[in-house]
Amino acid sequence: MAITSRTLRVEEIWGTAIGVDVRDPMLSRTLDDVFAWFHRVDDLFSTWRDDTEISRLARGELRLNDASIEVREVLRLCDSVQAESRGAFDITFAADPRVEPRPGLAAIDPSGLVKGWALERAADIISADGVRNFTINAGGDVLTRGRPAPGTNWRVGIQHPWTRAAVAAVVEGSRLAVATSGRYERGEHIISPLTGTHPTGLISVTVIGDDLALADGYATATVVLGCEGMDWIATVPGVEALGITDDQRVITTDHFDDFRAA
Amino acid sequence: MHRAIPVVAATAGGVALLAHFHTSPASLKLATSPAPGPTATTVAPAAPEPTQGPTTASRPSSTTTSAAPGANHTVDGPVINTDYGNVQVRVTLQGDRIVDAQALQLPNDRPRSVRISQYAGPMLRQEALQAQNANIDLVSGATYTSEGYAQSLQRALDQSNK
Repeated sequence: MAITSRTLRVEEIWGTAIGVDVRDPMLSRTLDDVFAWFHRVDDLFSTWRDDTEISRLARGELRLNDASIEVREVLRLCDSVQAESRGAFDITFAADPRVEPRPGLAAIDPSGLVKGWALERAADIISADGVRNFTINAGGDVLTRGRPAPGTNWRVGIQHPWTRAAVAAVVEGSRLAVATSGRYERGEHIISPLTGTHPTGLISVTVIGDDLALADGYATATVVLGCEGMDWIATVPGVEALGITDDQRVITTDHFDDFRAA
Repeated sequence: MHRAIPVVAATAGGVALLAHFHTSPASLKLATSPAPGPTATTVAPAAPEPTQGPTTASRPSSTTTSAAPGANHTVDGPVINTDYGNVQVRVTLQGDRIVDAQALQLPNDRPRSVRISQYAGPMLRQEALQAQNANIDLVSGATYTSEGYAQSLQRALDQSNK
């Protein structure tokens, strides 16, 4: 279990905290590059600032064809999750109450997916420098690569919604993408594009898959759909999910237990 | 999915039968193939109430037939005598996957047809929420704010592992 090398850097960015935990010897330049990427993502996608591409798109000052390749890629991914979820995931609906739809224009808020997408790209940056064993956690969306120590798996706790110091379940693996969407951390911040009201039924949904961008979007869509969302996510190929209901039950898809830690 | 739960809880015998079907399909006697009526093989959230299919049970034949790959076929379980009465379940399979389940007999001789809609889609499992303190490397949760991070379990981990 000896950890020969460990570097942990945590920065507050995107209105949350991002932590990168590396278990290999590495150059500090690698971490600099990763956090520079996170800042670039903020420059492109933040809905808090007026000068980002997303804000300029929403105001009609930037045409989609003139947007960066990153913004176009994320919006394409958002479209595909929107179609898969039959509109439960919808970036033109203000999922965040701070995002005011502009007169005559739809709001554009890809926050439900962009965090996971940016972490996948960040993992590519780290891997390209020859680093194999690391995790990235951006405000509760988690990506792991390699191992914490030889012969061991990464163990990811799923936050208990009502007991801050506890977890509701533990999953483990080497290469994991684990996204959680929930209504317990920042109050009722999610609004259903389908009903215009705060969703009920599921206080928290965790999706595990191969790709954190999709897992992130799926988790948001499942919370929006409520308990019916578990029926839906169970039909989505390549992902497993754990939902926690408002009345403190845990619902899991059929093969979620494959990821559960012993 | 909720509507299925009381049924499952109330018919433990039926659940045992389903478990039997699921684990040893090779030993089953198959009824007609394909299923004798339209079957609800997919349940979309938008159409949660499958209303198709036979709603009254007739005595099924117990001939053994092989189903074409991908076709639905139904299987009737044996009649089980419980303390509360007889229980018999018919399941519809697509390959070896249960896509529908229907009670042919339930206790008290009430002529009921019970659809266990949960089996019409991929299976979901349920358990009670429990708090665990576990040896973990990191925490997945709903997005916290920068201020929320200061009180988060993730920060406690980050601090203790430095």
